[in-house]
Amino acid sequence: MLKKIIISGFGGQGGLAIGKNLAEAGMEAGFHVTWAPSYGPEMRGGTANCSVVISTKPIGSPVFASSTELIALNEPSLEKFEAGVQPGGSVFVNCDVVTDQVRREDLTACYIPCAKTAEEVGSPKVGNMVMLGAYVAKTGFLKPETIETMIAQMFAGPKAKFVPLNIEAFRRGMACVR
Amino acid sequence: MAKELWKGNEAIAEAAIRAGCDCFFGYPITPQSEVPEYMSVHLPKAGGVFVQSESEVAAINMVYGAAGAGMRAMTSSSSPGISLKQEGITYLAASELPCVIVNVMRGGPGLGTIQPGQGDYFQATRGGGNGDYRTVVLAPSNVQETVDFVQEAFDIADQYRSPVLVLADGLIGQMMEPIEWRAVPKRQLPPKDWAASGRKGRDHTNVINSLFLNPEECDALNQRLTLKYAEIEKNEVRWDTASCEDAEVLITAYGTPARIALTALDALREEGIRAGLFRPMTLWPFPEKALRDLASESHVKVILDVEMSSTGQMLDDVRLAVGGKKPIRYLGRAGGLIPTVEEMIESAKTALKEAQ
Repeated sequence: MLKKIIISGFGGQGGLAIGKNLAEAGMEAGFHVTWAPSYGPEMRGGTANCSVVISTKPIGSPVFASSTELIALNEPSLEKFEAGVQPGGSVFVNCDVVTDQVRREDLTACYIPCAKTAEEVGSPKVGNMVMLGAYVAKTGFLKPETIETMIAQMFAGPKAKFVPLNIEAFRRGMACVR
Repeated sequence: MAKELWKGNEAIAEAAIRAGCDCFFGYPITPQSEVPEYMSVHLPKAGGVFVQSESEVAAINMVYGAAGAGMRAMTSSSSPGISLKQEGITYLAASELPCVIVNVMRGGPGLGTIQPGQGDYFQATRGGGNGDYRTVVLAPSNVQETVDFVQEAFDIADQYRSPVLVLADGLIGQMMEPIEWRAVPKRQLPPKDWAASGRKGRDHTNVINSLFLNPEECDALNQRLTLKYAEIEKNEVRWDTASCEDAEVLITAYGTPARIALTALDALREEGIRAGLFRPMTLWPFPEKALRDLASESHVKVILDVEMSSTGQMLDDVRLAVGGKKPIRYLGRAGGLIPTVEEMIESAKTALKEAQ
């Protein structure tokens, strides 16, 4: 198995964090993983993105031209990276922010209302967990329990009260693609 | 031991703290700024000293002072910042002071780009400062190797009383990868009885100096350094190989291009092309004999050197090692671009076709 994932959005939307969560979960599940951020002089209002590779084999290049999946949190991200998704790949669109549709017909498009779902769960901050849930449910190579254990470890000590909220957001995200 | 996900730059800093780094002097520059950032938070907690200097020149001279007093001292920067440190590095080499210098390379020349590069090979291996000196250059190609090398660099520096350079690049510094904090073998190190850290009843004063107005004295230093460098060449040269036993096309690469080449090897082999990788882990001393021996094997038809450099820099050392015995081709990407698996496959095929 070889997953090459681009996660892209405005700075602050949590795209780099989603990537880190995927890499952590992949590592916990016993895969080889890499996470590489874009650190260029991105234009204000443009995209900040990261490249995540999750593989059963040791990883050569942590960066790549074509992805197996794209997670687009804003419109410029969809515009910039849709063309680079491999035929048959999946695009996860944050449809509360992105009004454009995926144009290519050889891709599976998943429209995830991250912000709306996060509001319903109780905090606008957990939109990235909604997207993570959608990705995990759709692609199926990571166990939901792995992510939920990771969430419990992420919010330790005084932050433990945020665990149920994040797990709920993650589960709602999974439900979005079922 | 459990695997942990670490960002290259932060792992460099943590590795140095674990190796007993006493003092860190640094100045921010992309793509290595997380090294001083991490140090500023964590080194004081470990009992060490962190100073953000007013410039790179100041930082390397603070390293000179701290190393002269017997401290384990370190600085880090990226390409243009390392250029500024060259005067300090030749003084450190001449004064025989141990220290660790990390260069998270970006593209050049000049201010260049903040994206990854490997254009500082000449500067690192030939000495960017004046005079006859060498610095040990360790070249990791993933985050695990980076933390191992940073820890070992302090021991190598102390053993030979010499600056040691760790030459990484912007991708290794910025990326995250699982690592294990495995124990790095500790060396038997000589006491720092030369350090200018107080006379303490000795019958002589220790002097740290790189100026010798009497030519005989300077010649004595040069002879001593020459012997030391011969010793390092004998003991410290390191390399790695992959699929070389029957390789027709031999890729030479270090750092990020070397790890990318491993994927290219798999793809080439799937197509029935026998490709191998020779990867120097020390750039100085360069594994000249190992490469010469391998290149002399009859199955090797052509060598393809791959670097993130437009002109090719390690290419010179590859040529010296191969000694004209086999044709050498070059694939270089620069300006912050990273050679891709596809480009390597294409170049390897072309090189082999031309050689046949």
